Amino acid sequence: MIEIRNLSRLYDGLAVVDDVSLTVETGQLAVLVGTSGSGKTTLLRMINRLVQPSSGQVLIDGVDTATLPAHLLRRRIGYAIQGHGLFPHRSVAQNIATVPRLLGWPRRQIDARVDELLALFQLDPAAFRGRMPHQLSGGQAQRVGVARALAAKPDLLLMDEPFGALDPLIRAKAQDDLRQIQRQLGTTLILVTHDMTEAVDLGDRIAVMDGGKLLQYDAPARILTDPATPFVRDLIGTADRALRLLSLARVGDIAAPGQAEGPAIAPGASLRDALAECLWSGRDALPVEGGGIVTLNALRAKARPR
Amino acid sequence: MLLSPPGVLFALIGTAGLALPLVQFKPNRIVTGEGIGLHALPLGLPLAAALCGLLLATCLGRWPAALRLAAAVSGFVTVILSLGLAASHLTPEGNTIARVSPASGFWLLLLAFGLMLADAVGRLRPSLAMRWLMLAAALGLVAAILASGLLDGVSVMREYASRRDLFGREAQAHLMLAFGSLGAALLVGIPAGIAIFQAPRWRGPVLGVLNILQTIPSLALFGIMIPVFGWVAASLPGAARLGVAGIGVFPALVALFLYSLLPVVSNTLAGLSGVPAATRDAALGLGMTRPQVLAQVLVPLALPVLLAAVRIVLVQNIGLAVIAGLIGGGGFGTFVFQGLNQTAMDLVLLGALPTIALALVAGIALDLLIQAAHRGTP
Ligand SMILES: Nc1ncnc2c1ncn2[C@@H]1O[C@H](COP(=O)(O)OP(=O)(O)O)[C@@H](O)[C@H]1O
Ligand SMILES: [Mg+2]
Repeated sequence: MIEIRNLSRLYDGLAVVDDVSLTVETGQLAVLVGTSGSGKTTLLRMINRLVQPSSGQVLIDGVDTATLPAHLLRRRIGYAIQGHGLFPHRSVAQNIATVPRLLGWPRRQIDARVDELLALFQLDPAAFRGRMPHQLSGGQAQRVGVARALAAKPDLLLMDEPFGALDPLIRAKAQDDLRQIQRQLGTTLILVTHDMTEAVDLGDRIAVMDGGKLLQYDAPARILTDPATPFVRDLIGTADRALRLLSLARVGDIAAPGQAEGPAIAPGASLRDALAECLWSGRDALPVEGGGIVTLNALRAKARPR
Repeated sequence: MLLSPPGVLFALIGTAGLALPLVQFKPNRIVTGEGIGLHALPLGLPLAAALCGLLLATCLGRWPAALRLAAAVSGFVTVILSLGLAASHLTPEGNTIARVSPASGFWLLLLAFGLMLADAVGRLRPSLAMRWLMLAAALGLVAAILASGLLDGVSVMREYASRRDLFGREAQAHLMLAFGSLGAALLVGIPAGIAIFQAPRWRGPVLGVLNILQTIPSLALFGIMIPVFGWVAASLPGAARLGVAGIGVFPALVALFLYSLLPVVSNTLAGLSGVPAATRDAALGLGMTRPQVLAQVLVPLALPVLLAAVRIVLVQNIGLAVIAGLIGGGGFGTFVFQGLNQTAMDLVLLGALPTIALALVAGIALDLLIQAAHRGTP
């Protein structure tokens, strides 16, 4: 569990991060979102003390991070940044092995871990181990950057706009993969983005920042239905918030008993997909695989604030 | 294209060289002698015709680079052998006073084929290993020609023959001056560059002082150092025993060291500053200590720029070390200044030619090292 308590950072007397408090539960994915210059990066970098807080505390599992030597703290926290920051003079394997080597893992264990991570990120170990960073595509380099951050099995992973440099198609896939890997490993993750869609798609919790202040810290559905300030509402955009809301829930969650015509939909599909299917096929209800139905009325009810 | 423009240039230089005297014949080493062309020597006409043919033929485009290289090497060797031939033919039997020196025609021909050689190597785009092999082969060829005795009649080699031991010692002294000052500059300059990289406030002052040092002419620098170190040696107990002196090796080393500092410090700074901020951030963020970031990330990535500084300094110091001859610091400069005093150009050449060769070889070798350091990074 990460507790951020009254954290502030001043530059030249001006608060760039202003009295921010928030808690991220173990295994959760929290997204810091806000316009450029709102202080997201500074807040993130105070967690691994690349930036020294002016006041306030960061506690990891109850331990004040200020009491630990900074470099030892950072070896326990994964860190991945936009543009990946891979070491250009080191091979993919050497890059991924950075923290395990700093921690003095035995050679064999490091090699095994490198291969395990490459496989996890769908990069063939035999082909990629020896490559140099400039021989990777943007998407591959980004994955190696995340693999490097995860190498020493950190309990906490910090990511600063990790998908910013990727084109939309690759970005969607990378986001999916990240979410899956995060769930699978149970890593607590704090991710910075300026993209609200990414925040809604990925976050268990979303922290909206503006001018160094934390405006709202809530589950995505609450941010969509109850924006705390006009700024938050503007950031979400009002045009497609109903659809975004639908994309947060699964068909299985609202399946009701009944019968319906036509091909069935998977229980794991989003309500947004279900709505699209209803409209496309002109049906008022869809059968759900494994039993039950989902109706247009139920979908309509889910697309509105309560 | 029908004609190769560089080829035409080399041919112009070379044919001018053929028209000018190849050697100068002097009854003794001081007087000015008479110029003698290649064509005036026995076997000279066919040799001149062969060289002329090579020069004209390589004017044509569409020569494969390897063939150009072969032409350049054979031209180069032919010119040098012609010099040896001229020397042995022109010097009367048993005469040790008469001198045969290379003249303007020889130098122009050498230049023409040297340029052709560089051009051909450039077109050939050899691999790194191949370049090392070529450098070694060139050195081997020169050594073989010198060892064969074919050039022993040439004035410079005559001067060498009468100073064999001294030449060896001065060569050692020259290398010591060039490499010693480089080593000292690296020892001081790299830490200084790292220090001002980490403390940006000091960049202006440090680089400013080094810049001023760099602009002081070497003679003026000696003018300052001779009295200062002379005084230090005389008045500070123990200083003289440590080698401090107003003239000799010490001030020469100090001068070369001072001139080397600016390139080393500024290239260290440039190399470190050139490492992307994201890379440095990642290194710190992953938990490297500052020394680890420096040793594992910053310095390796700055290495090509650092090696460029080593190249600049080494080539510069090999040349500048000649000045040491002026203040009794030894090195090839000794021959240059002795020769100037005696107006014996052959003696000047005995100092100048090895200096040029050394600088050339050092420059090429370091270029190859820099290329090797660049591999692996884009
Ligand atoms: N080292 C620094 N010195 C001075 N100002 C800084 C420094 N780092 C960040 N800032 C300022 O703090 C503000 C927030 O920056 P940042 O945390 O990078 O925002 P974000 O990541 O949300 O775009 C910006 O106005 C930036 O100019
Ligand atoms: Mg940022």
